[in-house]
Amino acid sequence: MADNTSMTTDQRNIMKFDPKAHEIALSTEDLHVFYGKSEAISEGDLQFERYKISALIGPSGSGKSTYLRSLNRMNDRIATVNGKIMYRGLDINSNDIDVYEMRRHIGMVFQRPNPFAKSIYENIAFALRQRGMNNKQELDEIVERSLRQAAMWDQVKDDLNKSALALSGGQQQRLCIARAIAIKPDILLLDEPASALDPVSTSQIEDTLLELKQNYTIIIVTHNMQQASRISDYTAFFNLGKVLEYAETGDIFTNPKVDLTNDYISGNFG
Amino acid sequence: MDKIRASLLKKSVATKIERRGKILSLSCLALIIVVVFLIFYFVASRGLATFFENHINLWQFLSGTQWNPGTTGTNGQPAVGALPMIVGSFLITILSALIATPFAIGTAVFMTEISPKRGAQILRPVTELLVGIPSVVYGFIGLQVVVPFVRNTFGGSGYGILSGTFVLFVMILPTVTSMSADALNAVPRYYREASLALGATRWQTIYKVVLRAAIPGMLTAIVFGMARAFGEALAVQMVIGNATLLPQNLVSPASTLTSILTMGIGNTVMGSLQNNALWSLAMILLLMSLVFNLVIRYIGRKGKLNNER
Repeated sequence: MADNTSMTTDQRNIMKFDPKAHEIALSTEDLHVFYGKSEAISEGDLQFERYKISALIGPSGSGKSTYLRSLNRMNDRIATVNGKIMYRGLDINSNDIDVYEMRRHIGMVFQRPNPFAKSIYENIAFALRQRGMNNKQELDEIVERSLRQAAMWDQVKDDLNKSALALSGGQQQRLCIARAIAIKPDILLLDEPASALDPVSTSQIEDTLLELKQNYTIIIVTHNMQQASRISDYTAFFNLGKVLEYAETGDIFTNPKVDLTNDYISGNFG
Repeated sequence: MDKIRASLLKKSVATKIERRGKILSLSCLALIIVVVFLIFYFVASRGLATFFENHINLWQFLSGTQWNPGTTGTNGQPAVGALPMIVGSFLITILSALIATPFAIGTAVFMTEISPKRGAQILRPVTELLVGIPSVVYGFIGLQVVVPFVRNTFGGSGYGILSGTFVLFVMILPTVTSMSADALNAVPRYYREASLALGATRWQTIYKVVLRAAIPGMLTAIVFGMARAFGEALAVQMVIGNATLLPQNLVSPASTLTSILTMGIGNTVMGSLQNNALWSLAMILLLMSLVFNLVIRYIGRKGKLNNER
């Protein structure tokens, strides 16, 4: 780590989309995040294209998770987030935004599978019930659809009333994905969703994400560079709270423009 | 090579010290077990004497409503009916827990969920301070403030179950609050995150996720508070009136097991029926606190099963 702090370089290479050719689902402008007085994100300006998977990679402490959590304001009571987060022409980082409503459209799946201590069915129905949906038939349909989309319907269709905590780690995580897409968000944020899972579960999650890409804009933080190269369309490289490079995934991994990116993906640090 | 073998087989100083420490802590444990056992034995032997030596019918003891040991009741039997005290104790315990629970949960939610900073800086030290106030102080305030208040508001003499309930409510509130706050704090942060990320509001998150997950812990807190209320003697004795009558309403003088015990134990002769009857009351108290303890353990174990897989 000593290496990369001493490498003071202003080299950056951030791709901007041509708004005519690409539909932007979410973008950040001039984003700064502070924990107390220390600045966790100093430069993070990215655009995310609709119906694509964008990966955020970088060493520990580079701020990629902080950045992701800021996007649907999960950092609200933890950190100070300055700057603009543009979604459908609105700055959702402003005080006028109904945060709870916004999170319906920008959902999140966390690093550690975090199902509620309820049944599988109730885990998915939770958010819908909070929205006042009580029609049993409607709920049943959404539960089934969500579980199918998360590719776990066939495994659990007979155990919907069993506790979600009885599932394996990989299944729990897919349940969390199903739970997140049950309320049909626009954008799905995933914070290292597979880092606590074994390789088989990981590859199942990846397959699920590739399926979901048809209907959702996905932004994923990952520690695993192979994962980023396998599933993502675009990749952003974070280091010390800055985005240093953002480009098509193929370019990042084969032909990085920034030296630090090259060092990181070739395993020289991180 | 042989030197190493020899040293490996020799008992070292360290193992000797370790053995000594083990024996020391074991004997401390044994002492406590013996003391607890002796208390149980003593209370039981004196308490059961009422039934075996004085030949009082157990059912009569539990269901009789006349209490004046040493004299004969209207039915020609010794007047050792403990029902008024048993009813008084349970009534006062349940009522105070009923009033204290909503306040305690509300305060705990504020302390942990709504304003954790102020909770940790101000509310928690204050609650802990309240736990430490001697019960005679609570009783004295009850006598000077609560009893006149009840007298003026609800009529009667002011002494009775209601005054006792108010005093006990204040006494158990801090205990139940701080234990509930611990239970809420123990709910993993990721439950809250999961709920918020699904677009649930803070209130929905608190009500549907955090409180639900903390139910076992909060039940433990309530039962713990009830155990404390059941066993409290001095403060209750000062405000309840100590009339050994079956309570007809909440504002007439009544009594509890503990209040009659503290009133009477100094005025009886060891071995007499009067004395044995009081020991029987103590035995009921002991058994009840045992039951409360078992309930707490049962809830705790169930809660653990629910939260693990």
